[in-house]
Amino acid sequence: MKLQPNEYARMVQRASPPSAVGRDCLWAFFVGGGICLLGEVLRQFFLRWYDAPMAGTLTSIALIFLSAVCTVAGWYQKLAAKAGAGTLVPITGFANSVVSPAVEFKAEGWVPGTGARIFAIAGPVIAYGTAASAAWGVLYWLLGKVG
Amino acid sequence: MNYLLAFAVGGALCVAGQLLIDYTSLTPARILTGYVVAGVVLSAAGLYRPLADLAGAGATVPLLGFGHLLAQGVRQAVDTCGLPGIFTGGLTAASGGIAASLVFALLGALVGKSRDQN
Amino acid sequence: MVTRKDDTILFDRPPVIAAWAAAGGKKEGEGPLAKAFDLLVQDASFAGEGCANWEQAESLLQQKAAAACLRKGGVSRKEIDLVLAGDLQAQCTASNYALRALGAPYAGVYGACSTMAETLALAACLAAGGMARQLLAMTSSHFCAAERQFRTPLVYGAKRTPTAQWTATAAGACLLRAPGQRGVRVRSVTFGRVQDYAVRDINNMGAAMMPAAASTLLRYFAASGTEPADFDAVFTGDLGAVGSALLGEQMAREGVPLPNHRDCGCLLYDAACQDVQAGGSGAGCSAAVLCAQILPALQRGDLRRVLLVATGALMSQTTFLQGESIPGIAHCVELERGEDA
Repeated sequence: MKLQPNEYARMVQRASPPSAVGRDCLWAFFVGGGICLLGEVLRQFFLRWYDAPMAGTLTSIALIFLSAVCTVAGWYQKLAAKAGAGTLVPITGFANSVVSPAVEFKAEGWVPGTGARIFAIAGPVIAYGTAASAAWGVLYWLLGKVG
Repeated sequence: MNYLLAFAVGGALCVAGQLLIDYTSLTPARILTGYVVAGVVLSAAGLYRPLADLAGAGATVPLLGFGHLLAQGVRQAVDTCGLPGIFTGGLTAASGGIAASLVFALLGALVGKSRDQN
Repeated sequence: MVTRKDDTILFDRPPVIAAWAAAGGKKEGEGPLAKAFDLLVQDASFAGEGCANWEQAESLLQQKAAAACLRKGGVSRKEIDLVLAGDLQAQCTASNYALRALGAPYAGVYGACSTMAETLALAACLAAGGMARQLLAMTSSHFCAAERQFRTPLVYGAKRTPTAQWTATAAGACLLRAPGQRGVRVRSVTFGRVQDYAVRDINNMGAAMMPAAASTLLRYFAASGTEPADFDAVFTGDLGAVGSALLGEQMAREGVPLPNHRDCGCLLYDAACQDVQAGGSGAGCSAAVLCAQILPALQRGDLRRVLLVATGALMSQTTFLQGESIPGIAHCVELERGEDA
């Protein structure tokens, strides 16, 4: 056949329609911004009774709860199919990545299914986030010793 | 003004993620992981605190804020208890979000079921 | 009785496809071929029939396609000498459990989305060689079973790329008989060779499989001494919009343009309004289009002679994560209207 892999890569690139970046970004901006706006409303509400760190935590928990409800109802998936990173990047996207495998893999049992697969996406996030923060902790401790 | 800033900054951070999806071959799981690690780095560099003060939930709700939370927690724990703080600080600060996700996920699995995307 | 030219097996006395049936889900029932399906279900979970999970639901869909095919062929399952079947689930379990219920002799076949043409080709060889009188060739795919195995949980939120394809919830079954009987004739079959042109994007299967389709078609045309104009249509399996465009480009470069090319992935859904990105895919896609559109058209006489080139992507989740490129395969079946049909 008259075809080389490297020239085929160029053919594929030409033939593949690009993502509608402008439309994708508008969706991401308004949905993602909307979720953050809702977060700010919740945060101001909690600030009436709690200090800033606790109000922040309660905001996260409230958004995670809403995301869990929307995920189980199937709404989060439908919104994310349009909103892309607008639903991925906020904490609600993290919650969706925990709740969805928990629901999906119930068919394989509570421990090997739900329990194990619950961390499929959240696991790497927690592992690398924790590792990065520990590395920062070592650096910060050393800086304190020097300074 | 608070609300407008939260909306604009949060939206902009999501647009950055969307550009990564559209222009690179990064999968959503890699973007989430990258955002948290980037949040730790930005917080360590002292850049995220001002953004969080300015935009409130606009900076803390995106996953960069999760990294910021981990880094801040470690910093405070190292201040109060020294070296062991590098292990205890991060997850302590982030425990609310992680525990809530896990508990609501199990409750979700209890009441919910897998559904077709039709 | 059989002539072999290069990779193509030509049947001097062609075996026949005597009956066929297509089953599909809700989205397939909203597509352009809805009226031609033998069976459409609104709820492809079959929860009302006791299915506890998507894997068993796919198996039941395949069973229903098989039952409809046997009914249309007027035969009982005891009269089937051999069933050739496969699907996309790990270890082909949709077919395994379907055959647990059917109870006929069974050989499992894996060809990813090329399975319909692969089982059809193998069944035709066995029928032509007198090794079986009545065979069933069938396959299925289920959007939900594929999604949870290959991609993400169903309620996980993700945006699809424009080159991605939608796994069909569909099954197709064909009843083959030995030469000399009524039905659509299988004139020749060509088993493809694996082609890998270093495509790694798992969301662009059409591009990964196109070289296999082109390679098999070129070998078939050269061996059989035919050209595209000898056929009313050349159907590819599930290249989708991207793979179809690439196939047109490549065949033109080879000096064998394909003006009468149609793609099952583009026929099963209306891409403009069904939100399937580049089109349909999955083993059930070409199976359903074959049984709902191509075979009925050959029987009616709307088509007289066609090629079906079903394509498959032969990677796994493991090889994908290990960074391997995606090998493709394509098997070709030449179908002709029987004079007595």
